[in-house]
Amino acid sequence: MAFENKEAARAYWRANLKLMLTLLGIWFAVSYGFGILLADALNAIPFFGFKLGFWFAQQGSIYVFVILIFVYVGLMNRLDRKFNVREDDE
Amino acid sequence: MSIQFWTFLIVGISFALYIGIAIWARAGSTKEFYVAGGGVHPVANGMATAADWMSAASFISMAGLISFMGYDGAVYLMGWTGGYVLLALCLAPYLRKFGKFTVPDFIGDRYYSQTARTVAVICAIFVSFTYVAGQMRGVGVVFSRFLEVDITTGVVIGMAVVFFYAVLGGMKGITYTQVAQFCVLIFAYTVPAVFISMMMTGHVIPQLGFGAELVSDPGVYLLDKLDGLSAELGFTAYTDGTKSVADVFFITAALMVGTAGLPHVIVRFFTVPKVRDARKSAGWALLFIAILYTTAPAVASFARVNMINTINGPEMAGTPHAEAPSWIKNWEQTGLISWDDKNSDGRMFYSGDERNEMKVDRDIMVLANPEIANLPAWVIALVAAGGIAAALSTSAGLLLVISTSISHDLLKRNLMPNITDKQELLYARAAAAIGICVAGYLGIHPPGFVAQVVAFAFGLAASSFFPAIILGIFYKKMNKEGAIAGMLSGILFTAAYIVYFKFINPAASVPENWLFGISPEGIGTLGMLINFAVALVVNKMTAEVPEDVQEMVESIRFPKGAGTASVH
Repeated sequence: MAFENKEAARAYWRANLKLMLTLLGIWFAVSYGFGILLADALNAIPFFGFKLGFWFAQQGSIYVFVILIFVYVGLMNRLDRKFNVREDDE
Repeated sequence: MSIQFWTFLIVGISFALYIGIAIWARAGSTKEFYVAGGGVHPVANGMATAADWMSAASFISMAGLISFMGYDGAVYLMGWTGGYVLLALCLAPYLRKFGKFTVPDFIGDRYYSQTARTVAVICAIFVSFTYVAGQMRGVGVVFSRFLEVDITTGVVIGMAVVFFYAVLGGMKGITYTQVAQFCVLIFAYTVPAVFISMMMTGHVIPQLGFGAELVSDPGVYLLDKLDGLSAELGFTAYTDGTKSVADVFFITAALMVGTAGLPHVIVRFFTVPKVRDARKSAGWALLFIAILYTTAPAVASFARVNMINTINGPEMAGTPHAEAPSWIKNWEQTGLISWDDKNSDGRMFYSGDERNEMKVDRDIMVLANPEIANLPAWVIALVAAGGIAAALSTSAGLLLVISTSISHDLLKRNLMPNITDKQELLYARAAAAIGICVAGYLGIHPPGFVAQVVAFAFGLAASSFFPAIILGIFYKKMNKEGAIAGMLSGILFTAAYIVYFKFINPAASVPENWLFGISPEGIGTLGMLINFAVALVVNKMTAEVPEDVQEMVESIRFPKGAGTASVH
């Protein structure tokens, strides 16, 4: 067991799930929310030369996806270090 | 110098590069053959994953499809990128920690069952073959249009090149060639887009030009112009769609989840040294993919405005066919553009109502775009090389999955467990060679339904692998009975729905007949939900998971102690 005790293992997993679900919430909101379900309503808002809903569907959601993964990488690395489960540099 | 000269030169140089890399990166062991020794840098792996993922369909067809679909094209844009978020957050790090070679390996070990492994192997092989046939076809089309050889010769040349580096180099050779292929294809895609964006909007970056004012019509935004043209010509507005909201939702979800369940994508994350590299690698892959996927909708709208203006003329009265630019005549010869002078005025006219006289194939948009915008010959040649790079890189990745499935999952883990590493490598190479020949045959004699089977591949991956892997990681009490019942019910439901509406009774495939208004393209999402539901119910009614399997699940949930991917 890499963790010091069972509680640490559970706390690590809970923190991991919380982070994952938060980021997936954003993932869902920008694509299915802004890009699809709310697209018609958002299209009333001009965004540079785009209608906002259309922009989220064809551009914005993709940019957010990329950012989400790099945020996840950064925060997970911090979590791994905090719980001392980071792989050693071999 | 002619287009053909440039095409031979640029395609020739790129081929020499791929073969050179293949010789440098030969595989010496099964581990190098299957997962490149597990030592690929995350950025290089990200590029290779991106090239693996972006197929001839992404490169050649996608912008054309969006150009004709408008807003609805977003299902591809979001569907084929959003899956990487699922991969990075829910799958890649855990599968990397698990540390075997293939998806069937995971399914078989996690669900302690040869049956589960066999179901997974069959799905992996089927999904990969449907894909690879389309790729070989793409190679043939590019060769025949730009090098004026026939499609058969084109396919054979493509087969020979893939054979050389996939059979020799395995995953190691493929990974490093794909890095080169990514560079070729992304350069080839963005150069014409930048030129066209500058000409039409004055912006160097196509993603900005997409939302900018037109040079020819100051004060008018490109997209407003396009909506205006669409209304005038009897099409739905470009920024609105024709599909129902529910259908767009389900198709997007099926493509996203399918992406995260495709074996040739997942296997990519076994090739990096560490768990944290698997996470990072998914980020790099999506960044590289996003370059093409955010350029494509811009290219689609530029191409549509250009095409309408060329065919209908500035006054929207039609351009006389005798004065048509040479690209229209070139593509008429291939049969992909045709003109039927219904009102006998000698002028071409394109519209969405009864005035229409043109048939324009969606697939030509990207290939014809540089010609439409009058770009120099070397740019046109570059696009040809890019299309070939996209097709070759994806076929190679798929062939590797096929050969690994046969030599590792089927022979080594199932039928002949006692073969040595050397023998296994030999079988892997033989399987790759046979796979190439079958793919080539399908490329030359394509079954009429290549386009339809893509929906099949994503639907099956979404409704089978994805729930089984997710439950395997996040629900340690999921047992084999639940997983197998879930996979089978998900797959059978999805397959039955697609087969019925695509092959048995295509005439009935209209929104009124669809279940909840979901088209066959989006039904994989419902199949996935059925899979989850059945798996959870059956799990409650059957025996508990063995203790050692639960411990294994606990151990893949944190990175420490991963080591490199191994056979045992």
